[in-house]
Amino acid sequence: MSSPDTTLERGAAASRDDTPLLEVRDLKTHFPLRGTFLQRVLGRETGSVKAVDGVSFELRRGEVLGLVGESGSGKTTLGRTILRLADPTSGSILVDGGDVAGLSEHDFRPYRRRIQMVFQDPHASLNPAMDLLTAIGHPLKIHGLATTQDAVREAVASALERVGLTPVELFLRKYPSDLSGGQKQRAVIARAIILGPDLLIADEPVSMLDMSVRAKILELMLELKDELDLTYLYITHDLATAKFLCDRVAIMYLGRIVEVGPTAEIFANPRHPYTVALLRAVPDPDPERHVPRDVPRGEVPDAVSPPLGCSFHPRCPRAFEVCGWESRDLKELLETRAAGLDTDARPSGIGDLSRLGEPSRSAIIPPERGHDPSEVVETLSRIRSATPEEPLWTGVRRMRALAEGVGVEFHEPIDPTLLPEGPVAVACHLYDARALETARRAAAESDEISEPR
Amino acid sequence: MNGRERVLSVRRLRVWYGTDRGPVRAVDDVSFDIHQGETLGLVGESGCGKSTLGRGILGLLPEGTATGGEVLFRGTDLVGLPRRTLRAMRGPEIGMIFQEPMTRLDPLMRISEHFAEALRTHEPDLSDAEVRSRSIEALAGMGIPATRFRQYPHEFSGGMRQRIMIALALVLRPKVVIADEPTTALDVLVEAQILSILADLKANFDTALLLVTHNLGIVAESCDRVAVMYAGKLVEEGPARDVFVRPAHPYTRELLRSVISLRTTGLQYIPGAPPDLTDPPPACRFHPRCPDAMQVCATKWPIEQRVYDDQRVLCWLHGPASEIPPGGTEPLVREEIAVAEEA
Repeated sequence: MSSPDTTLERGAAASRDDTPLLEVRDLKTHFPLRGTFLQRVLGRETGSVKAVDGVSFELRRGEVLGLVGESGSGKTTLGRTILRLADPTSGSILVDGGDVAGLSEHDFRPYRRRIQMVFQDPHASLNPAMDLLTAIGHPLKIHGLATTQDAVREAVASALERVGLTPVELFLRKYPSDLSGGQKQRAVIARAIILGPDLLIADEPVSMLDMSVRAKILELMLELKDELDLTYLYITHDLATAKFLCDRVAIMYLGRIVEVGPTAEIFANPRHPYTVALLRAVPDPDPERHVPRDVPRGEVPDAVSPPLGCSFHPRCPRAFEVCGWESRDLKELLETRAAGLDTDARPSGIGDLSRLGEPSRSAIIPPERGHDPSEVVETLSRIRSATPEEPLWTGVRRMRALAEGVGVEFHEPIDPTLLPEGPVAVACHLYDARALETARRAAAESDEISEPR
Repeated sequence: MNGRERVLSVRRLRVWYGTDRGPVRAVDDVSFDIHQGETLGLVGESGCGKSTLGRGILGLLPEGTATGGEVLFRGTDLVGLPRRTLRAMRGPEIGMIFQEPMTRLDPLMRISEHFAEALRTHEPDLSDAEVRSRSIEALAGMGIPATRFRQYPHEFSGGMRQRIMIALALVLRPKVVIADEPTTALDVLVEAQILSILADLKANFDTALLLVTHNLGIVAESCDRVAVMYAGKLVEEGPARDVFVRPAHPYTRELLRSVISLRTTGLQYIPGAPPDLTDPPPACRFHPRCPDAMQVCATKWPIEQRVYDDQRVLCWLHGPASEIPPGGTEPLVREEIAVAEEA
């Protein structure tokens, strides 16, 4: 190695007490929708995308925490919010115990030296018109840490050496187009470490790379972590790399953490039905394995209007009374699963269901024109007895014939929160004694009498 | 697969691209067969030529590409067929499913119109009612309800769009489907849904499927056979199970080792990077990175060998001994591969 470099060798002298390096408390990042011109003129509520919707976690110095989720889980927005590339709507972001969520752009700038980010696409993260010396040295200039060209060159050379882009002289003047994908990602990492950060937020750093290269970049990240006392927030959809790299993982779904805990425990003993499903679905190069068949139906729902109660309940095979059953679940059941896919007719006697598209705990199913509500009652009970395993039916509190159709009322949903469960924390009513008790009582009070028979 | 019809036979297929730096042999002397009801996984890293091969079969290559060899579809050679003839075959004979379902549907056309266009182009005699029932049947097979038949692409999620693409390919009842990374842009759970749909395909329709992918996990779970490509060459081919359990080519073995799966306990990788195809290494293209390389590997082209039960491999480790010059089996002294040359 070259002469000791003050920016790179800062180490963990700053705080050795128990304060986490990073703590996020009930963080929300919502993106308002623009709405139509009329809505804006009238000042109406247009809703928002709840990308991150109440996330809390701690990251200790030297730890690697994985944020794992599918697209739309909010993992990337969460990472960007911590770096203030997106504005938090509410909640706090504590760095060494000090809240930075409300800081102005100017006051936040010093923290950018301490928190750096590695993005997914190495091809898009480097300016094609800058050679590596300019690109990697750029942060030094922005933060006023190197005044002379020689100082910049020396720091860049040292960073390049650390990431393995040697001989350094060869690489200083190379442009991104001269580099392979893996080399570009090394250059991006060099740029991220040149300011001597404490925390690196790595957003899918290897997912664009070929398999034979991924391991090399992960290995580099582990080396750098030891050499430079780094702490990582590793954002990924890939459970396999998360399992390998992380000390702890947090599984995210639709803007929230649904399960968090030590990596070994989460992978050996997943608790949340979503975690269980994810782990079963990961393709494995083991010829003994076959395509999993019982994959949860559907896809990640819209974050503008998430499902009531637990966001995963419409897809969850184990959902029950209080998980948040609502009008949209009933609409989906009647329109797609009950009718048979090869017809665009609704189940017999059932009228227009478009009003069930608004989330609500009660729904009225109108009869088709010229039909009687009693036909709706009949159809519903036929569907119900044909689909006894459908968890939605546990959520029905009562169904009764009204003048305008059949009124379906669902049990009151409970919003799951992260509760400790052994060594992990999980947000699922299956592990919440109070929710289970409420569900038991709800099931008992389900109005059997007016249920169509 | 004995006794089943051989639907597609690729024989010594070569595809060259012209580039500023000279011709690139993207696909170099590749041969394989696909039988009815069989799924062949074509795997390799980016730039190995697997997508070019998939497109080459369909004649969907850009201007300035040269193709040699044969692509026999039920006995007819597709290479060199007039564009019009080939176009008429694409769809009803050989279907294609692309990556990125987001960009493959026309945003201004209803789903119903996509189906009508595909069916009318190839089967002009169909009545409106037949077009409709065929389309709805294909969609239902993919789990898309008929109630959504007249909606526009933007009203569907990514996974549903990919199902629509598959339904669009299947509505013409092709004998062979070429699927190029059909699940790469999708989430894990949706990927699993699509893979189980593709698995049903061959069970229900006896369709032959060429699945082009970089994901070895997908191949292990859903393919009958696997073909491994490296730098334009098909280096190993055989029953997926056998190849995964007992890879014959060092590249296959090292690639399998470098996969990070849930069972990974240590990081493995292949030193070096795939070669620049304008100037590939002489003889075996993997020899500069191969841990088992011998003298002969750097001087003489390997000859295809049949090994174990049913595996084909392009590697001198499997002989033939009679073709290896004296001293050829001595280990090759390799120059140290600097990180700088790595990918």
